[in-house]
This record gives sequence, C-alpha cells and structure tokens, in this order.
Amino acid sequence: MRPAAELLIVLIVLGNLALLGSSRLTGLIRLVAAQGLLLGAVPLLARGQAWTAEILFLAVAAGLLKGVVFPVLLERAMRDAGIRREVEPFVGFSLSQVAGVAILAASFVIARRLPVPPGPLARAATPAAFATILTGLFLIVTRRKALTQALGYLVLENGIYLFGVSIGQRVPLVVELGVLLDVFVAVFVMGIAIFHIRREFDHLDVDRMTELTDWTP
Amino acid sequence: MTDLLAPPLLALAGSPLLLGIVNKTKAAFAGRAGAPLLQPYYDLAKLLGKGAVYSRTTTWVFRAGPAVQLACALTAAAVVPLGGRPAALSFSGDFLLLAGLLAAMRFAGAAAALDAGSSFEAMGASRELQFAALAEPALLLSLAALARACGRLSLAGMFAAHPGGPAPVLAAAALFAVFLAENGRVPVDDPATHLELTMVHEVMVLDHCGPDLAFINYAAALRLWVLGALLLGPLLPRGTGPGTAAAALAGLAVLTGLVESATARLRLVRVPQLLVGAGTLAALAVMLARGGR
Repeated sequence: MRPAAELLIVLIVLGNLALLGSSRLTGLIRLVAAQGLLLGAVPLLARGQAWTAEILFLAVAAGLLKGVVFPVLLERAMRDAGIRREVEPFVGFSLSQVAGVAILAASFVIARRLPVPPGPLARAATPAAFATILTGLFLIVTRRKALTQALGYLVLENGIYLFGVSIGQRVPLVVELGVLLDVFVAVFVMGIAIFHIRREFDHLDVDRMTELTDWTP
Repeated sequence: MTDLLAPPLLALAGSPLLLGIVNKTKAAFAGRAGAPLLQPYYDLAKLLGKGAVYSRTTTWVFRAGPAVQLACALTAAAVVPLGGRPAALSFSGDFLLLAGLLAAMRFAGAAAALDAGSSFEAMGASRELQFAALAEPALLLSLAALARACGRLSLAGMFAAHPGGPAPVLAAAALFAVFLAENGRVPVDDPATHLELTMVHEVMVLDHCGPDLAFINYAAALRLWVLGALLLGPLLPRGTGPGTAAAALAGLAVLTGLVESATARLRLVRVPQLLVGAGTLAALAVMLARGGR
C-alpha cells in the first residue's frame, strides 16, 4: 500500500511542476484532469484496507467531477472563447517552475511544523497538499488569461481536497460532497463568466478589466 | 587490482564505440546502412596521424585546451565506478570532484574557442556556457539527492546502496537531460549539423585539427561514457558486474540514438526551460530523499 500511495503523491507534485511550466491551455486542462483522477484514488489509499461503500462513492464522485466533468466544461469554455495558449504570463514559465520548487520547499517546512495526526498517508500527503494549494494560488496570481485563473482555482481546490482526505480520520461524506458541489457550481459560473468576458472584450486578458469604468466622457 | 582497473580500462577502450552505436541507431532508424560501428576509432587513428596547424592569432591557451580537456575526461573516467565495483579513485565527496572535472573540461574548451578569435566560435562558447550554467545545478542537485537517499558521500557508496523510493528515479530522469545537454545531443544541440549559426559544441572545435581534434573527440566520447555510467549506476540491480554495466551503457546509447531520431531539436530559447525543468526534478528528488538508513 505504501509505495502506491507514495507514487500517487509524487505524481501529483510532478503535475504541479508541469502545470507551472506549460503554456498550452489544452495541456493545462489535461494536466488538471489527470491530477483530478489521481486525487480520486487518494481516499482509497488513505484509509487502509477498509473500503466502505461511502469511501468508494466519494472516490468515484471526486474522480468523475475533477477528472472528467470540470475538464470537459473548461475545454468547452476554451473552444467557445477561441483561445489556444497562454502568451506572456506575468511570470515566465521557467521562473514559475523555480518558484514551484520554492513553494515545495516551503510546504515541506510548513508540514514539518504542523501537528499532523498519524495516518497511512498524512506524512507524505501534507506537504504535497500545501504545495498544490500554493501552486493554485500562484497560477491565479501570475497568469493573464481568465481560463488559466479558473484552472488555478481548481488546482487550489485539489490541494484542499487532498489535505482534507489524507488528514481526516473520518471526514463526513456530506461535507466532502458539499465541497465538490460548490466547486462544480464555481466552475460552471466561471465557464459562463469566461464566455461573457470574451463577448465583451474580444479576449480573455483580465488585465484589460482595469479599463472598466461606469462613466465615459 | 584487476577489479579496480576494469572500469577505467573499459571506459578507455569502449567510449568511442558508444558514439558508433548512437550513429548506427540513427542510421538504422532513417533506413540507411550507416557508418561502421568502429568508425569513431578509424577517425581517431586518422586524426592522430596528421599534423596540427595553428593560427598566428592563437596563444598557448588554444594549444593547451585539447590536452586539458582530455586530462579532465581521463580523470573523470577514473572517478566514476561501473556497476557495483568501486572506482579506481574513490573517496568521500568525490562526486564534487567529478562535477569540478566536467566544469574544468568545459572551461578549457570554451577558453580555447575564445582564443581562436573567431566570432562563430565565441558564439558557440557563449551558448555552451549558458546551457552549462543551467545544467550544472541539475547535475549537482541530482547527485545531492542520491547522496541524501543513500546516506553516502562517495559515488561508489551511492551506486552500491540501492535506496528504494522515488528519489533515484527522479534523479536519473534529471541526469538524462543533463546527459543530453552536456554531450551536445539532439534536443539541445545537433552533432550532425553543418550550419555554424545553429552549432553549439561543434562550432567550438572548428579551428582545431589533427591530434588536437582527436583529443577533443576522444574526451567527448569519454564524457558520454562517464555521464552515462553516472546516470545508470544507481538504477542497475545489486551485484551488476562491469560487463553488464557496459552492456547497459550500450543500451543507453541506443536510447540516445532513438531520442535523436524521434525528436526535433528545441528552439534555442526553449533549451533553458528543459534544463530548468531537469533542475526542478532534481530539487524534488532532494526533498523526497529520506536520510540514509
């Protein structure tokens, strides 16, 4: 069980680094989808052998939503908006990857100081969860396109989910599903918002929204 | 005694063969017959039989370059173990010596290229050093990850420890990028190109001829062997002898040939991204490596 869980965590962290270095929106969406599918498997490994129906349902629901539904919604938003790649982010792709390593190091430091409850996955997953959360925040702050920012929000949520699932001895199913539903609504709204930004401004550069005024002379 | 001398002797005798294997693989992939496997040896013999010509604008730096490169490569071949056997020269912290030797070799090459006074060679030297500046952190971080995972500070100890976990695999992936970049293989540099504007390693040696060029080519072949052995060392199973390790190196040469055939060369501005990516992989390996057990 342990090596499988470790491999899962390493793949999630590698996904974070790849997200920071990729400029293609299709590639970014696929990376987020792969990360979502991996996260779906986390609850199966986190609680040892006892796979109750509850856990199986959570795993399938999370994997489906994060790995299939969100990517399809975002891909549709991308197609409607007619954009292919992120050009000229605020922080370059190489520098972003270096920042990703710094984020990872910071996460290890933070995780070491936290009183983490003993669990089969908690020790390895806590730094990965923090790294994923911070990577999502970094993507939101440093990218120009609204779609990449929505992806950053998804990555941030992935990190929170990873933290919750691996830490909690017994996270109530309802809470996790409620969070998933929230994210679902958020992505839905973002898809619509992206479409409207595109219709109003002809591009998804959120930088242009500073030009918004309610009065034009 | 034979145990200690087998790895360096194998490196001395076998390293040009690796270049032959790479070229043969590329030829087979392209549907050509290709040059014989032993062609690098014939080339070396031919070059050694010639005289050298020196431009009047060059100084002793230019003449010393090839000899220094060869000396560094020979010492590096003595430092790196092959398979599970200890290297001829092994002490605690010898991986830093290896990184230093590779850097000194590169410096000698770049200094000789600059001394020739040709702008093309200076451009090649500038690019080579730019890539090296990014490849070196990846190399050192991968070696640090291995040292941390194994709890040993000598290369022989790292190769013999066989730590589990993801760190050695990540370090090997980072080392593969360094291997391709340092040896001027395809995603970074094309050894077969004939356009000065796109050459990196090849343009630096344009003004060298005869025995000097033979020294440089032989040193480059040795570097291919040394970095390959470094990359494979922690991955080979316990109790691998020098013979099996050499066979694995031949497999790595075939893989290099396949990579060269199947991928296009990266745009010059994209190369740093590849090397920074390798560096991040290595840094991740350092963080995941748990202390020696």
